[in-house]
Amino acid sequence: MTRYFTRMGDGFGVWMTEDEIRADIREGVLDAADRGKIPPLTEEEMDHLFRIITMDGVIVGVKHGEEVVSSTDQGADTVGCECGVPIDRVIQVPLLERAFGLDSTDYGFTDYNFKAVKSIVNYETASIERALDISVIPVLYGGMPNLGFYTKPDGPVDNWAELLPRGKVEEALKAQEAAVELAVHDIVYVAGQMYEAGVDGINLDTCGAAGDADFLAALLACEEIKRLYPDLGVEIGMAGEFVLGMHGRLKYDGVRLAGLYPHKQVKLAEKAGATIFGAVVNTNSSRSFPWNIARVCTFMKECVKEAGQIAVHVNVGMGVGGIPMCETLPSDVVSRADKALIEICKIDGL
Amino acid sequence: MGTEITHTVSACMGGLKTAGDLVLRMQLARGMRIREAKEYVAEKLGVSVFDLSDPAVMTEIRREQGLGVQEPDTGDTVGMAAKIRIAERLGIKINSVERFKTKAGL
Repeated sequence: MTRYFTRMGDGFGVWMTEDEIRADIREGVLDAADRGKIPPLTEEEMDHLFRIITMDGVIVGVKHGEEVVSSTDQGADTVGCECGVPIDRVIQVPLLERAFGLDSTDYGFTDYNFKAVKSIVNYETASIERALDISVIPVLYGGMPNLGFYTKPDGPVDNWAELLPRGKVEEALKAQEAAVELAVHDIVYVAGQMYEAGVDGINLDTCGAAGDADFLAALLACEEIKRLYPDLGVEIGMAGEFVLGMHGRLKYDGVRLAGLYPHKQVKLAEKAGATIFGAVVNTNSSRSFPWNIARVCTFMKECVKEAGQIAVHVNVGMGVGGIPMCETLPSDVVSRADKALIEICKIDGL
Repeated sequence: MGTEITHTVSACMGGLKTAGDLVLRMQLARGMRIREAKEYVAEKLGVSVFDLSDPAVMTEIRREQGLGVQEPDTGDTVGMAAKIRIAERLGIKINSVERFKTKAGL
């Protein structure tokens, strides 16, 4: 019986039969359809996904002419910070542009959140101005709302994660609401400084990491950025597939944020004025790649369908977008995830 | 880091190798979806949507029109000079170009 090489969600290889792969695809599709209350993939789409997963070759590719564009959430410091190559961020931008062939990049502080940047923003703007002078590709400034940074002892607000277990519910809700206000102020302030420096866009990354209040901060900040600087692009990238209800009562445009899946998140991002939505579906590290990517495709097909004029760039990296939860990512599953998302879900970018 | 390389090889336009940066600019500047952005850029550059992702075709087009190339030779347009031409060709305002013009008194 023929067995095909694929991977588990922790990155390690596994040999599976056709029946096993097809069963995992179907189960992943049904899981997403059930959780998101969305239509499953069609039989034809599941067949296509099976062919992509079992294609010969380490790397597979999309058809000629169907290539998409990429945005990043790396802070333009992957080479220096993650790979340990001593090279300034200013130089990394043309390096990523001309050596790596990226369609765009984002620039950011190592701590990658707006609260941390606020006090050093003049150094950040001076640095990014130099990068913009010598580069051609669009450069966004990136960071996370990171609402947790506003809690004591790092910030002024009581820690709702400590208040909730003590039964202090009202205090926990108020603390989150106060943190939203502070985060929106910081994000808009930094965005304004970056606009004056000449950036092409702001990347609000890992939104919702601290729950519904975190996502609300991103939406409100985006709305204000677009009001003040209408020609500045804004990307809202998510932290996970599901907005956690740490607060539970927060709404944007009359829609309760807790519990939203990507196909509903995208509508709010568009309403807030974002130009790119970075959709996320989490990887289950104990399930196979066929199960995970089938689930991702089911969610993303609906997300792309529900998006109006906003481009959907799916997060396909460590632990999201069907990709295993491991540090050094195997190209076989990354390229298969890309091909599936482009050919089945018709995404606008990665 | 390897993820970006795989995306570029298997599924993405490749930035300056083709017209990936230009298509992304239209998504950012005008909120266009991928198909609309590609059609817009192709029409402005006078090429087909198919050719837009072809490095051989696009390197010549970009060199001729001064839009920046991946491996610039002597005299090729790079950096801000290329962005000034991109803004003109695509009919959009690029934030850093506007700032540069102001600073340079252009």
